[in-house]
This record gives sequence, C-alpha cells and structure tokens, in this order.
Amino acid sequence: MLIDLGKFVEAERPHWNALEAVLQRFENNPDLQLPLDEAQRFLYLYQRSASGLAKIATFASEPDLKRYLEWLVSRAYAEIHESHERKFFNPWTWFTVSFPQAFRRHWQAFQMTIALTILGCIFGCIALAIDPEAKAVIMPFSHLGGRPSERVAQEMKDHGVRLSGHKTQFSAELMTHNTKVTMLTMGLGITFGLGTIILLFYNGVVLGAVVFDYIADGQLIFLLGWLLPHGVIEIPAILLGGQAGFVIAHALIGWGSRVDRRERLRLAGPDIVTIIGAAAVFLVWAGIIEAFFSQYHEPVLPYGVKIAFGCAELTALVFFLWRGGRSKIA
Amino acid sequence: MTTAVSQRFDSLPIRTPEGIEFSLALAGPVSRLMAMLVDLMVIAAVGKTINMLATPLVVLSDDAASALSLVLYFLVTFLYNILCEWLLHGQTLGKRIFKLRVVDSAGLRLEPSQIIIRNLLRLVDGLPAFYLLGGVTCLLNSKMQRLGDIAAGTVVVRVPDVSQPDLDQILGSKFNSLLQHRHLCARLRQRVSPALTALALQALLRRDQLDASSRLAVFKELADHFRQLVVFPPEVTEAIGDEQYIRNVVEVLYRK
Repeated sequence: MLIDLGKFVEAERPHWNALEAVLQRFENNPDLQLPLDEAQRFLYLYQRSASGLAKIATFASEPDLKRYLEWLVSRAYAEIHESHERKFFNPWTWFTVSFPQAFRRHWQAFQMTIALTILGCIFGCIALAIDPEAKAVIMPFSHLGGRPSERVAQEMKDHGVRLSGHKTQFSAELMTHNTKVTMLTMGLGITFGLGTIILLFYNGVVLGAVVFDYIADGQLIFLLGWLLPHGVIEIPAILLGGQAGFVIAHALIGWGSRVDRRERLRLAGPDIVTIIGAAAVFLVWAGIIEAFFSQYHEPVLPYGVKIAFGCAELTALVFFLWRGGRSKIA
Repeated sequence: MTTAVSQRFDSLPIRTPEGIEFSLALAGPVSRLMAMLVDLMVIAAVGKTINMLATPLVVLSDDAASALSLVLYFLVTFLYNILCEWLLHGQTLGKRIFKLRVVDSAGLRLEPSQIIIRNLLRLVDGLPAFYLLGGVTCLLNSKMQRLGDIAAGTVVVRVPDVSQPDLDQILGSKFNSLLQHRHLCARLRQRVSPALTALALQALLRRDQLDASSRLAVFKELADHFRQLVVFPPEVTEAIGDEQYIRNVVEVLYRK
C-alpha cells in the first residue's frame, strides 16, 4: 500500500469535518449564499476531499472510507456545480409574466395541439354524420346520451335547480377530473408524444361529435350558451397540457439539438412546470364557471349573456397569452 | 460531466469536471415499492383526517364540506410527494424510512421543476394499474428510472450509512515485531492483493460484531493464509496470537 491510512485519516479528518459542517448549513438552508472567503474555503475543502477520494480509490480497498468520501464529495459536488439562480417565487409574476412567455416559447407545440383537436373534431362530426348509432360509443356519457332537444327542454324547465345543493361539489369534481386529464395529457408526452396525440385527438372526436349532435338537432344557441362560458378556458387548459406534453416529447427526441437528452429535458423542465401550473389555475376557474354559471339556461340566464361572457373570456385569454409579459423579463 | 452508463449497474458512476469519480448506489425496485407503500399509507391517513375534519362543516353546508374534502384530498395526493421531496431534500417519509433519496442523475442539486415533473408523471407510471408501466420501465432501465425519473432527469439512490472510519483497531501503539524484518515486510506488501488487504482490515474493524468462536475462526483462517504468503522467522510469529498477527500485518500493509 502506498499511503499510510492512519496518518491520512488523522490529517484529513478536520477537513472532512469542516466540509460536513458547511454541507449541513446548505442542508438546513438551501438558499444559503456564502461570503467569498467562505465560498473559497468550501471549494478548497471540496477539492481536498475529492483528492483524498482519488487517493483512496486508487491505492486502497477500504470500502467504508471510500463510501464516506464518495458521499461527502457527491454532496459537495452538487452544491459547487449548482448553476441555477435562486429566485424568490412570486405567484403573480409567475402567472402574468413567466407563463405567457413560456407559452409563446413553445407556440409551435400549442399549434400542434390545436391542429390535432380540430382533426379530432372533424373526425367526430363525420363519424356521427355517417353512423348516428355510434353516438353511445363516441360519447359514453349519460347526460349526452339522449336527444339534445329533449335535454334543452328539460334544462329550461328545471330553472337550474338540477344541481341545487351540489354545485360546489360538482365544481370540485370538475376541477379535479379535468386537472387529472390535463396532467395525463402532459405526462403522456414521455411516450415521444404519441400518447398526447391520441388523447388530444380523442378529446377532439368527443367535442366534434357533441357539436354535430346539437347542431343537427337545431340546438346551436343552447350549445354555445352551455359550452362557451367554461369551454373557452377549459379546452385551452387541456391544450396547454398537450403543449407541455409536446415539449417533453421534443426534448426527448431532440431534433436539431446538440445537447444530450438529459440536458434538453432539464432545460425544458421549468417551462413544462410553468405551463402545466397555469393550466391548473385555468381549470379552477373553468370548474367554478361550469358549476355556477354554465348550468343555468334560459329563462334564468339569457343565452346572449352567456355567449357574450364566453366571447369576452376568450378575447381576454387570447390577449393575455399574446401580450402577457412582453414588456418584462421573467 | 456525467459518464453515461449503457449497461445495467447497481450504481451510477459520475465523473466530475475535475476528473474525480464517485458513484451513487441506485435503489432497487423492491425498496422503492416498500417506500411507496408507506407513502400511500401516509396519504390515506391524511385523507382520512381531512374527512374527519371536514365532517363538522356538514352542519354549515353539506355541499361545501364534500367539495372541500374532495379538493383537499386531491391536493394531498398530488402535493404530498412534491412537498416532501422539496422540503426533505429528495425524501418522502417512506423514502426516509427505507434510506432512499431522489437526486439529479448528474449528481447536481435537485431543482423544484424536477421534483414536480417526476411526481406529475406518476399518473403515467401508474398506468394501466398498480404502477405497472413505471415498474416495468424501472426494471428495464439501466439507471432504475421510472418514466417520471426519465422526464425529470432524476434517479433514486440508497443513502449509505456513512460515518468516518474508526481506525483505532489498527492504530494501536503495541510493538509490531514484523517491522523488524523490513525485507519480509516489503515482500508481504508485494504479494498481498488489495482485496485481501481490505479483507484483513475489515476483519479487524468488525471484530466486535463477531461472537468469540467466529472471531477465533476468522482470524485463524486469515493468519494461516498470511503466514503462507510470507514466512517470518518463528520467533516473531510464535509468540503472538492470530488476531494480533493480523493486526501487525495490516499495520505493515497500511503504513509506509
């Protein structure tokens, strides 16, 4: 053996203890900023321990000591090579500045989600036009099973009492269910986007079939009054999930990128989280509107008001996504 | 720079820009499953508590109580892992019990976005049921990553039981008769492999963990082996027992 293990441990132990103490401070306070002299001392301790590890790894087969030094060096390495700036999280800035900027950075991915949904809609319309019996298969939801005109008549007769006493719960169910669907749409991006494509297309098929069913039965106004107030927020939120999914898929595939896959995913991470987080916020709004506004129909709430409200929401959303955060740097 | 590992390992080697290599011990699927079961139990317990706390609200509004319970349970399900891994530096309660930790796959500091992504993708890993997709991916992946780990660039590692080495066993100040024969000591250093050296050292370091008969047997076997490798004069070896002989040999091997 070329090193004197006893002397080596005795000489290095104070430095390891000092390094452990600094690492413990980082553990207790991840946002800790060391003064320059302490940072230099930290770097020195890291380099000294790393050098010790190299000696042990090369010249001795002492597993406990090696494991101890590996653990020490790996923790110090993570802190020393941390390159991300720690920023205070401001929810308002995040939503109004970071989110629209992240959305626009991945505009092409969002365009793909729109295209897939429209394709699905067209397929759903054609499928129902060719085979009306397929309605139960395409729309396996009990409240959409009957004739639209019958539902409209029933809703107008109910005066919005159908959900009376259950609106808050209904709203909560909508929020949680839609959030799960949106997160699944995002998560399926890991299948190189294939799962996201299928889910978006399927959503489009259902939407297209519903639209066709109501229009074919002469209930366009009811449909607009029913869907627009919450749909103009809910559907884009699900598309945002798809957009985040495509960002994952793009990072996985890495067309035209020179950095490795791990780094691509790491770089895309903050934008994915921002987009999906904003989608969740939209879904909370959509859930409230669907339960407390969309379910009221004429004569309680004129269709014109509901349609105007939906159009106003859509305009505000488009403006927000287009202009939001343009004058500020997130 | 991280060294990509193409073949299956139970550890993840990382090479730093300074040229230092260290490895992280990857957690196996069974320990991860056990940790997840503990976490599921914690989530279920928290969910039950939420239900109990929301029950009195029924007096005010049945509707509001149900909605609150539903939303809170949903939030706990999604946020439990995220908040735990964030606040406990890559650990949930289950992972802490089973000594596991989520770390960046390049050995860097874990980012909040990584924690969020790996946990949101549990929805996909859980497909079609009982984490089948995630489990199969984990078994097939060289870094034992489920889909969420791949997307987030994370791995789950075992937290080693680390403590500074206790070298009192070999740093005794007793007279070492072997050191009188320097040429034989040099031959001993030449003939002994690092693995055998480590074995002798470990026998000394762990002597207190062995019962008396096992200890005698272990040191006898080791001493016999070392005596055969290099033959010291009988007056040096006969007066000392097997354990002291090994102690002297280790001192010869580890001291310059």
